[in-house]
Amino acid sequence: MQRMLRKIIRVGTVTEPPGKADNRIETLGALLDEAIRRRFQGSLAIRQVDAGSCNGCELEIHALNNPYYDIERFGIHFVASPRHADMLLVTGPVSRNMETALRMTYDAVPNPKLVVAAGDCAVRGGEFGCSYALSGKVANVIPVDVAVQGCPPTPADLIQGILTALGLAR
Amino acid sequence: MKFRLSEHLASLIAVADLDVERTEGPPPSLRVDRDDWAAVARIAREAGMRLVAEWAAQEKDGFSVHAAYAQNPNGYALVKTTLNAGVEGFPSLAPHYVAAARMERAIHDLFGLMPLGHPDPRPWIKHEHWPEGAHPLRKDFAADTGMPRGEGRYPFIEAEGEGVYEIPVGPVHAGIIEPGHFRFLAVGEQILNLEERLGYVHKGIEKSMEGRDAFSAARLAARISGDATVAHAWAFCLAAEQAAGLEASPRAATLRAILCERERMANHIGDIGAICNDAAWGFMHMQCQRLREEMARLHRRLFGHRLLMDCVLPGGAARDLDAEGIEALAGQTQAMAREMNELFEMYEDQTSIRERVIDSGAIQSRHARDLGLLGYAGRSAECDIDARRDAAYPPYDRHPPQVKVCKGGDVSARLWIRFQEIQESARLVQKFLAELPAGPLREPWTAPRDGRWGFAAIESWRGEIAAWVRFGAGGKIDRCYARDPSMINWLGLELAVREVPVPDFPLNNKSFNCSYSGHDL
Repeated sequence: MQRMLRKIIRVGTVTEPPGKADNRIETLGALLDEAIRRRFQGSLAIRQVDAGSCNGCELEIHALNNPYYDIERFGIHFVASPRHADMLLVTGPVSRNMETALRMTYDAVPNPKLVVAAGDCAVRGGEFGCSYALSGKVANVIPVDVAVQGCPPTPADLIQGILTALGLAR
Repeated sequence: MKFRLSEHLASLIAVADLDVERTEGPPPSLRVDRDDWAAVARIAREAGMRLVAEWAAQEKDGFSVHAAYAQNPNGYALVKTTLNAGVEGFPSLAPHYVAAARMERAIHDLFGLMPLGHPDPRPWIKHEHWPEGAHPLRKDFAADTGMPRGEGRYPFIEAEGEGVYEIPVGPVHAGIIEPGHFRFLAVGEQILNLEERLGYVHKGIEKSMEGRDAFSAARLAARISGDATVAHAWAFCLAAEQAAGLEASPRAATLRAILCERERMANHIGDIGAICNDAAWGFMHMQCQRLREEMARLHRRLFGHRLLMDCVLPGGAARDLDAEGIEALAGQTQAMAREMNELFEMYEDQTSIRERVIDSGAIQSRHARDLGLLGYAGRSAECDIDARRDAAYPPYDRHPPQVKVCKGGDVSARLWIRFQEIQESARLVQKFLAELPAGPLREPWTAPRDGRWGFAAIESWRGEIAAWVRFGAGGKIDRCYARDPSMINWLGLELAVREVPVPDFPLNNKSFNCSYSGHDL
């Protein structure tokens, strides 16, 4: 236990504080914080859905929760059920085998809801193109509010996308 | 790549009085009669070889079915048989190799070729809503064919008896993970049986490979499984280079290995944290995610991509390292190894986490061998397999890794192996950086002639990846197959969680961390 405490003290806080340095995250974080406080009473619940990705996008979405980005400090948390969610964060070209599951997940999110399509595949099909096995970009299957480009999008891109979607929420 | 096993297997086949036709390489291959297809597998099995992969291809007149076998220290053997026009069945290898079962179900789905004598004829990749006669890997099936959506039902394994109940999970899971369906049969808290239903992220990668040139195909290979992007791209490029009769320079090969070892470290570090998190030890999770992020940031600075995508190209690598880059990578690699060593000691002292992982999801060594489990899943149950040493591709032919193996086969053993591999990868990275050979970053690419092919095995962080590629006219790919280690290791998870309490499933699942995308293709 002592060793753990020593390690925690030695490492210190690596989280990048909002609005302090020139880093994009920090500026974005401050905007995000404010938008969530105003529109979602301090809490935004996101349900992530992989509709066919290569899992690269998932790694970057995971990174949002690492101590550098620590997205939870802005009131954003990833939830286990679409029924608890305000927003769907969808990755991947929608595979034919996932199309029904994606529709059902979308329907399970209570209204009003937001959808962010994350990654080049989700936005326009990406490297996988047009195939018998794919339904293509996410917008082919469910309504999309915001598209986040990148293969995969960086954590900063993802925060920007979430923020843009919040700007649309009325 | 080492193919000495080819000659050994050929002599065993000849001793058994079966016809075998040898084709000189590189790489060498054997051709046997269709009727002897399963008999050859029996011979290989009795000689202690493992099945690496089984796949099919369409020929000008009919089809061919291919298998790769491996055995240390002789490397790999490639065997094929041809099915003449009108013949649409081949003897199943599943009675001899469990791992062949799903590969053959996929062959049946995608080619419409029937594995004869297969114990489980259910579709695998092809879900119930696909049209009956759709076989996408046949050449007369256009890649962008629109398929009508039908109705159907997948017959899961059922159990009867007092207190037995089913828990369906997925395809959309409760975390930030890939989709797949798990059907648990449980009694009280104990799992009686887990049945996986995969194929949800099938993207038609094999079909999409067809008609691409090598560079475009390498981009796609880099996205077979994003977390193993370096290893998949390397496997594809090595196979393609074999077909083209060229070899990446020693400098490029060493750069590839540096990237691949860094990818191994990043994934092991991230997963160790996530496994501990599934046993409610947030401290370790946060420490590991911090380290992983630091690696990603340096990768972006030096190679332009946080996950190292598209850094491996046919003929070489995309970016070189200068002295400053070498110093930064060496310094960080050393720091990661030191911190992970410190965290390992804390992990070993943490009785509450040890209590959760010891004896959870144990696989007996003989079962692991029967399945042919790969990577840390295999090495934690005495399967001494590591393609870096066994296939001995450059630069590991000169710098083989110290392969760590242990017994136990439980979550604890899988964790232990991964802690050890971080240290070994760090040692290799340091060595490669210190001895980075001079030479060109890329060899000029010359497209292989029509019909030329190659096979490569690469040790990704998850285990051995096998790739087979054949070029057609104009330097375009005719057929490309990639076998992610998950194709085999998913079987290990099913076996491991029998009699594990349902709440410990996530812990076990994470300790295997199989790729859905790499499996489903």
